Amino acid sequence: MAIPAPPLSEVLALWPEILLSVAACAMLVIDLLTSRDRKADIGWVCLGVVVLALVGTLLHPPQAGSIFSGMFLADGYAAFFKVLFLIAAALTVLISLRYLDDEGIQRGEYYALLLFATVGMMFMAGGGDFISIYLGLELMSLSTYVLVGFIRRDDASTEGAVKYFLMGAFTSGILLYGLALLYGLTGSTNLAAVAQGLSGLSLDNPALVLATILVVVGFGFKIAAVPFHMWAPDTYEGAPTSITAFMSSAVKAAAMAGLARVFIVALFPSAEIWEVLWWILAALSMILGNVVAIAQTSLKRMLAYSSISHAGYALIGVVAATQAREVGLAGALFYMFVYLFATMGTFSMLILLTHRGFRSDKIADFAGLGRSAPLAAFIYIIFFLSLAGIPPTAGFVGKLVVFRAAIESGYVVLAVIGVATSAIAAYYYFMVIKTMFMEEAVVQPQLSPSRPLAVGLGIMVVATVLLGLFPAVVLNAVTESVKLLQ
Amino acid sequence: MEYILAHADYLLPHPDGVTPLLTFIIFLPLLGALATLVIPKTELRLMKAVAVFCTVVTFLLSLVALSNFDGSTHKMQLAEYHSWIPSIGVAYFLGVDGLSILLVLLTTLLSILVVVCSFNAIHGMQKAYYSCLLFLETGMLGVFLALDFFLFYIFWEIMLVPMYFLIGIWGHGRKLYSAIKFFLYTLFGSVFMLLGILALYSFNSTGDYGTGELTFNIIELINNVRVPTEPIFVGLSSQDLIFLALFLGFAIKVPMFPFHTWLPDAHTDAPTAGSVVLAGVLLKMGTYGFVRFSLPLLPTASHNMVGFMATLAIIGILYGALVAMAQRDMKRLIAYSSVSHMGFLMLGIFALNPEGVTGGVIQMINHGISTGALFLLVGIIYERRYTREIAAFSGLATTVPIFAVFFAITMFSSIGLPGLNGFVGEFLILVGMFKTNVAYATLAVLGIILGAAYMLWLYQRTMFGEATTPENQTMKDMNFREIGYMLPLVILMFWIGLYPRPYLNLMRPTVDHYVTQMQERHAAERYDPQRATRQASHDDEADADVPAEDR
Repeated sequence: MAIPAPPLSEVLALWPEILLSVAACAMLVIDLLTSRDRKADIGWVCLGVVVLALVGTLLHPPQAGSIFSGMFLADGYAAFFKVLFLIAAALTVLISLRYLDDEGIQRGEYYALLLFATVGMMFMAGGGDFISIYLGLELMSLSTYVLVGFIRRDDASTEGAVKYFLMGAFTSGILLYGLALLYGLTGSTNLAAVAQGLSGLSLDNPALVLATILVVVGFGFKIAAVPFHMWAPDTYEGAPTSITAFMSSAVKAAAMAGLARVFIVALFPSAEIWEVLWWILAALSMILGNVVAIAQTSLKRMLAYSSISHAGYALIGVVAATQAREVGLAGALFYMFVYLFATMGTFSMLILLTHRGFRSDKIADFAGLGRSAPLAAFIYIIFFLSLAGIPPTAGFVGKLVVFRAAIESGYVVLAVIGVATSAIAAYYYFMVIKTMFMEEAVVQPQLSPSRPLAVGLGIMVVATVLLGLFPAVVLNAVTESVKLLQ
Repeated sequence: MEYILAHADYLLPHPDGVTPLLTFIIFLPLLGALATLVIPKTELRLMKAVAVFCTVVTFLLSLVALSNFDGSTHKMQLAEYHSWIPSIGVAYFLGVDGLSILLVLLTTLLSILVVVCSFNAIHGMQKAYYSCLLFLETGMLGVFLALDFFLFYIFWEIMLVPMYFLIGIWGHGRKLYSAIKFFLYTLFGSVFMLLGILALYSFNSTGDYGTGELTFNIIELINNVRVPTEPIFVGLSSQDLIFLALFLGFAIKVPMFPFHTWLPDAHTDAPTAGSVVLAGVLLKMGTYGFVRFSLPLLPTASHNMVGFMATLAIIGILYGALVAMAQRDMKRLIAYSSVSHMGFLMLGIFALNPEGVTGGVIQMINHGISTGALFLLVGIIYERRYTREIAAFSGLATTVPIFAVFFAITMFSSIGLPGLNGFVGEFLILVGMFKTNVAYATLAVLGIILGAAYMLWLYQRTMFGEATTPENQTMKDMNFREIGYMLPLVILMFWIGLYPRPYLNLMRPTVDHYVTQMQERHAAERYDPQRATRQASHDDEADADVPAEDR
């Protein structure tokens, strides 16, 4: 039988994804035709494509509706995350352009893979079906595995990639198993249909319990929540710093986007089972992530643990969403958005200190930066304040909305754990600030500024401060986009 | 503007209706901080001039605020209101009343003094130093003037950062340890305070306990939110729990025993300016928080907690005084004396009557003046000798007579000698406490005696006797600049001591209003198990109508 072609309007609703995919394929071809010392030009092309998609998505948010028979949902929720991913991708390109030269890995595939990963994320956020979400997840993951191991001569990079790949493949399997069980229980992979099918089931059904646990574990690995975090520090440390920045912001946000959609829509009928699980995972992530971060001497590892704890804070919003859906989800979404700028910012600062033959990631390398490069040190303070949730930065508003959601939905203990651990977090961030301002430099830190990196950092700093002082616009956008969640 | 006019029963705008005077007061120092940052490193004189100019103009502006201040009303005056983040109910909302006007003046005055006292004391990174001081001033003023919890919290937290750098970079001794200890202690308290604030916010947003609106507006929360007093957790009510959350934030700042351990370290290791600001203003933010927020928002919990608060306060008074006696370092001695004095202040506030609260508020000013002055004096000695060991000094009265006179006056002010400022506050606090609980008041009197003992002993050891060592014989007396910045404080000590009425009159309507309002609310919402069951069975809505004689 003939398969009817989808109407043009539905195809057009996915134009950013299509644009990015085509551009990525084209870049692989152009790469072959580009001479070795002109590879950075591909990066500029990549940036142009991403910015085009970003501006287009902002100007013409897709009309709400499900497309391709429910495979994709073009709603505010998806649009919000797509904007987030595109911003992250654009910033990643900006901070990569010079850095790849410094690391000697300036190659065209890098940018193509970045685009593929971004497309995968956009599918995850817009997926209305287990299949499309899973495909997006795999597209994103496979691209990221390669990007993590991009510094082939470096053992740490390779090790990180292998660890990430093995754990990632394993957990994709677990997730898939859970989704398959859900399909078995409900006879559908469509999120709304699954929810409908589950609502008739008893919560004692062992298959349902097992499926829920498997899906929690699968997504738990993807967002690196404790106790499923062990791959993260090694991977974050080994990966090229620009990719670490990309992973801690965009990849984490994508996992969160898929997670929230799957649990809040499809698995909502079994909320009683998973709410407890996510509660525990959130608490453990906040506690362990922050406590272990204190002991790190490598800034990259420290930030990796801090990134684990931040997944915990965002999870508070998801847990709260079981009682107060809009407030909770809005908290999680806003948190991921503001976290993006601060976390990418801190990693970009590491790039600023990386130059040919010298990879700076020991905290001690920052000694004396406050005197030798006061502006850079000052920018660092702003990012750290935001990560620690201290006003007037964006991180404070992020924590505020998340804790508010927790208190309003009655999860007071989780909020208490949240604030107590954020005080612990301030300790290790300020230890770095102490090193920068109050310790004498052993080796004078050298900066390798470049124009794209400066632009990227500028955007991140301004966003971190502006979102702290004037969060109204984004808060409204977030509130609108969770209302449209189908 | 429309907002202020619509709420004229508790808000008054600036007389001319447009001048954002309080905004100028808060942000002028910030402007100065930014200006110092762009001045080239070598232009030290210009940098200092900018810092002095900004602090002086801010002080003058605060005097303008005082001249526009109507002392006959409890209303919030010079109010400014602008919507800021409407979706979560945040507004840019400032105002000043009898509780805060004196604290603002104290802050702007001390800020000038700390800038002037640093001219010769600070070496290295001066640019950053002066901009930290100015930045700090903005934070402190913001805390006293903000009437929106979101805004308040921003100022409350933002201040930690410059203070951290002041101690960590320009401090002495174990400065890194003290700086981070100060930072973490305060931050830890603040985040729990934030939870308390969010809980109040949530209660207000439910129709049952408030207006159902989302708002961080402090005045509206005070007017509308009624936190339930039924026990929900180990015998504590929601109101008690919120009280404890706010308590953590404020008590660490005050600091009350047993949260005081950051204070001796921070005060001792901070540069003189840091110690003055810490003792003079930062500690007051804790006590201000109790009066401004805990009492009116949580009246029943405040009553329930009187015993708890008074016990901690008295332990603080006695323990602080005893430990002060044992100190060998002058700054540490003064630091512990602060623990003792702040305990006194808390005792006054939790007498929960007009005398006690008035005493508490005026004592905030007094403690700021006298302890600030003591730290400035120790700073003067330290600049000459680079030591603060009490044992290193003797017979200074003969070598530095002017210094000795200033020191004597300040010491007596700190002890609470009649005729000087400290006496007024202590007297009112004791009157208030005797009305509430004679036993507490009696124990507190012990603290005064101990206070006299350690201060007099300090004076005796350093000023009297013979100047034996060559350093003690040749020490230089205070110069004009130093006399200049000490003089205003000494004048205030006498002024408040001999003629406190104008100061007390400024705060009286506000304090009376706060105390009466709290007592009325407490009477209305006292939890009575029998009434609760009665209500449950009859679903009687008239819960505010329980007569006050019911107690």
